[in-house]
Amino acid sequence: MQWIDLLPPLLRGAEVTAWITIASTIGGAILSFAAGIGSGARFAGWRWLARTYVQVFRGTSLLVQLFWIYFALPVLLGISLSPTVAGVLGLSLNIGAYGAEVVRGSLASVESGQLEAATALNFKPVQTLWRVVMPQALVEMMPPFGNLVIQNLKDSALVSLISLSDLAFQADTLRNQTLDTVPILTLTLLMYFAMALVLMLVMRAIERYTVRLSGREVSR
Amino acid sequence: MKPIVTFEKVTKRFDDDTVVLDDFDFEIQPGERVVLMGPSGSGKSTVLRILMTLEDIQEGVVYIEDEPLWHEKRNGSLAPASEKHLHKMRGNVGMVFQHFNLFPNMTVLRNIIEAPIHVLGLSRAEAVKRAEELLDQVGMSAKRDAYPNSLSGGQKQRIAIARAMAMRPKLLMFDEPTSALDPEMVGDVLEVIKDLASEHDLTMLIVTHEMGFARDVANRVCFFCDGRILEQGEPEKIFTAPTEQRTQQFLRMVLKE
Repeated sequence: MQWIDLLPPLLRGAEVTAWITIASTIGGAILSFAAGIGSGARFAGWRWLARTYVQVFRGTSLLVQLFWIYFALPVLLGISLSPTVAGVLGLSLNIGAYGAEVVRGSLASVESGQLEAATALNFKPVQTLWRVVMPQALVEMMPPFGNLVIQNLKDSALVSLISLSDLAFQADTLRNQTLDTVPILTLTLLMYFAMALVLMLVMRAIERYTVRLSGREVSR
Repeated sequence: MKPIVTFEKVTKRFDDDTVVLDDFDFEIQPGERVVLMGPSGSGKSTVLRILMTLEDIQEGVVYIEDEPLWHEKRNGSLAPASEKHLHKMRGNVGMVFQHFNLFPNMTVLRNIIEAPIHVLGLSRAEAVKRAEELLDQVGMSAKRDAYPNSLSGGQKQRIAIARAMAMRPKLLMFDEPTSALDPEMVGDVLEVIKDLASEHDLTMLIVTHEMGFARDVANRVCFFCDGRILEQGEPEKIFTAPTEQRTQQFLRMVLKE
């Protein structure tokens, strides 16, 4: 088989990988903020929920989580989950647990004087969070978030094991059919790398935006 | 006239059991401008922080006008204040911090209008008008669209004063407003505070080591030591003829600096 013939099936897999990564990154981001903010909530129930979620999903293997969601959860709930839903859900929950720690730490890193000024101006806690703390904390979150997004892209290869035909799955299938191991795996690596590059660029653009939002770098 | 601030047998302990205020009694009359002076760690800033609800108290009652600050009247007795009560009471008080604590993510103008709009419920136009007047008073109109990080310490402090004034507090407190400033900036900021004191009928509570400024601005100077007021009176009397030995020592030290 020519290299060029390998491309279409691999690109189809790459497309699945891209969508899974995008969807689970968005899902993970939502969970990160929910649990990261929740772990500092005044209501003890929220704090407990947020912290338990983070501990459970950081403390167990992603592969086992995916298997559990795909094979065990449907049995327990009596529903069936498509591999796509199970894959996105598993990746989101996993990356969200790591992201929650980033959010929690960044929120805590904002100077206490900012909170005191917000209190002195009589802001309510929600106003303090969204108007004062969050705009300054986002910029701290971006470098670790950048790592997590790329981690998520690479972790998404595990969804091939719950029968999703992503890039890793297609590469493996092709390899079994053609035995062209070197070109297939080389192309696969390059495709992952290309996607990671795009993600890095996107994250860097968001980071620049958050720097402006934080007022750290100012046009005079 | 009833006092605007009353501390009644207030005790403040920190978590490590250090007692900062012990059975502390203190009153401020409306329109009074009171300066608290004394060695660091003597509890002066704690008085301000209690009034700003940044520190709670363990015993006693603090009143703002007739209403307890850290307590609520429930069934005739005093219960610890809810967040709602604190929110209501905070509206009476404003504070200027040693380190300014401007919001770096907002322009100068937004720093000043944010709370009037979102806390007091002013329209944007009203808030901007109020902010522009205050910026003019503190001499910072030219910087209304600048971000705090592009300003000097003295400029930041003048903005912080405008920001606190925009909430129209009955009591405005200054916690060592010039100690974080380079020496050449100190004069400007003190001048601004003095102007405000003469133009507005504001009650002020000021922690400062600037004696000349205290003499100009204050009606009463309180010398604070070990969590209580050792000596107080008109600035002239405290500065020229202090009766307590600790006051004399402290004044000699500050003058030497």
